[in-house]
Amino acid sequence: MTDQGLPSAGAQALYLRARLYSAIRDYFARQAVLEVETPVLSHAAVTDPAIHSFALPVAGQTCYLHTSPEFPMKRLLAAGSGDIYQICRVFRDGERGRNHNPEFAMLEWYRVGFDHHELMREVDDLLHQVWPGSAPGPSRYLSYAGAVRQATGFLPWELDGERIAEILRRHGTEPPDMGDDIDGWLDLLITHVVAPGFEPDCLTFIYDYPASQAALARVRDDGEVALAERFEVYYGERELGNGFHELNRSAEQRARFEADNAKREAQGLPLMPADERLLATLDKLPDCAGVAIGLDRLLMVIGAYQSIDEVLSFDFDRA
Amino acid sequence: MASYSTNEFKGGLKIMLDGDPYTIVENEFVKPGKGQAFNRVRVRNLKTGRTVEKTFKSGETVEAADVMDTELQYLYNDGEFWHFMDEATFEQIAADKAAVGDQAVWLKEQDKCVVTLWNGVPLSVTPPNFVELTIVETDPGVRGDTATGGTKPAYMDTGAVVKVPLFIEQGEVIKCDTRSGEYVSRVKE
Repeated sequence: MTDQGLPSAGAQALYLRARLYSAIRDYFARQAVLEVETPVLSHAAVTDPAIHSFALPVAGQTCYLHTSPEFPMKRLLAAGSGDIYQICRVFRDGERGRNHNPEFAMLEWYRVGFDHHELMREVDDLLHQVWPGSAPGPSRYLSYAGAVRQATGFLPWELDGERIAEILRRHGTEPPDMGDDIDGWLDLLITHVVAPGFEPDCLTFIYDYPASQAALARVRDDGEVALAERFEVYYGERELGNGFHELNRSAEQRARFEADNAKREAQGLPLMPADERLLATLDKLPDCAGVAIGLDRLLMVIGAYQSIDEVLSFDFDRA
Repeated sequence: MASYSTNEFKGGLKIMLDGDPYTIVENEFVKPGKGQAFNRVRVRNLKTGRTVEKTFKSGETVEAADVMDTELQYLYNDGEFWHFMDEATFEQIAADKAAVGDQAVWLKEQDKCVVTLWNGVPLSVTPPNFVELTIVETDPGVRGDTATGGTKPAYMDTGAVVKVPLFIEQGEVIKCDTRSGEYVSRVKE
């Protein structure tokens, strides 16, 4: 042990966090959005093959630490809660690096009657209102397809693995072989080429994702290409949050959970118990949009910290 | 053969890529909130010294390179090989031109060097940061000139050529920095 028990964050980062949380709570109090708490420990878990839940035995049964409070918050909405928000700590196995800690702080909120465009505007407004000091300049809004075309000259559906590999090599990195996993290739493109090209000191909103990356968002199919009503918000190239115009059709959600588990099986990952309680109430979810913001990342960009460790009282290595 | 998973990646780890040994210079974990996790690494080829960037899928495994640094005493050069000795075991090992490369001019007999071995064979040689060498040839010294800051080339007993201040004389022993190839100071005998 080299840290001798000392915190990883300095006093200024601790102060910034307290001030940010208080500003967020004030913001939602003004908007009459209700603060809620939901269980951290749950019988069901997220099925997304790229998100790994911590499993732990509880009275002889396998339970899971939540990776986001999304499922129980939607059950509250389905029960008629109206607009709600939550600040909580969430847990994801295997995520550790300059921008990642296996345990991190999340702000998640839902707005009844909003679609993803209205919620993006509110995220933009909230971040400007709660930003201590001088807030970032005007935000950029780009569709996923527009962002990919701006960075590469191609629309996402014009790209295949071979072409993306070539673009990555031109950007100086030798990519892994993602095979026929086109979403894996697109993830490489976004993280290595597209996001690094975002305007450095402002928020960039990316919306309307490929339908294959819908997760829990609605899919809109009114043209030649089906699109997921999903968005992400970045500050510079750093991803801060993800939002959905929420899917509220239980049968479709069940099919996505099953498809996730089929992918898990193919990759040799453990199968996850789909949240039957969510599925039982999802048809009653009002038309709404929801978003999750990583508060540690937000603190990093507010205070210009280079590592997430600098905003955590104790990073995982010291926990 | 031993292997490493990407979650063990860190600076200094030695791995095999396309048949060559590499050292990890920098490792960054990259992951979109909803999407595939990657490790974006900068690696240096230990044979050529070239640094390249490569991205792995997180969870992939890579073969470990059997590379280790040993501190050995430099003995002599026989015209083809440079011979080193382990001072504890007296075991001797010979490094060829490819391993010694440009560092040959900083090797002084009895100095302790770091010899990097790959599968037991020398891959590279790192001389001490500072070595003391004798000047075998340089222009005559300009007495008293310690202020003008001028330099002249001086030829060392090991073959190195170092720019030295004008007042330095042939036959003197000087301290050199092997990383920059620069003169540091006179050594008073």
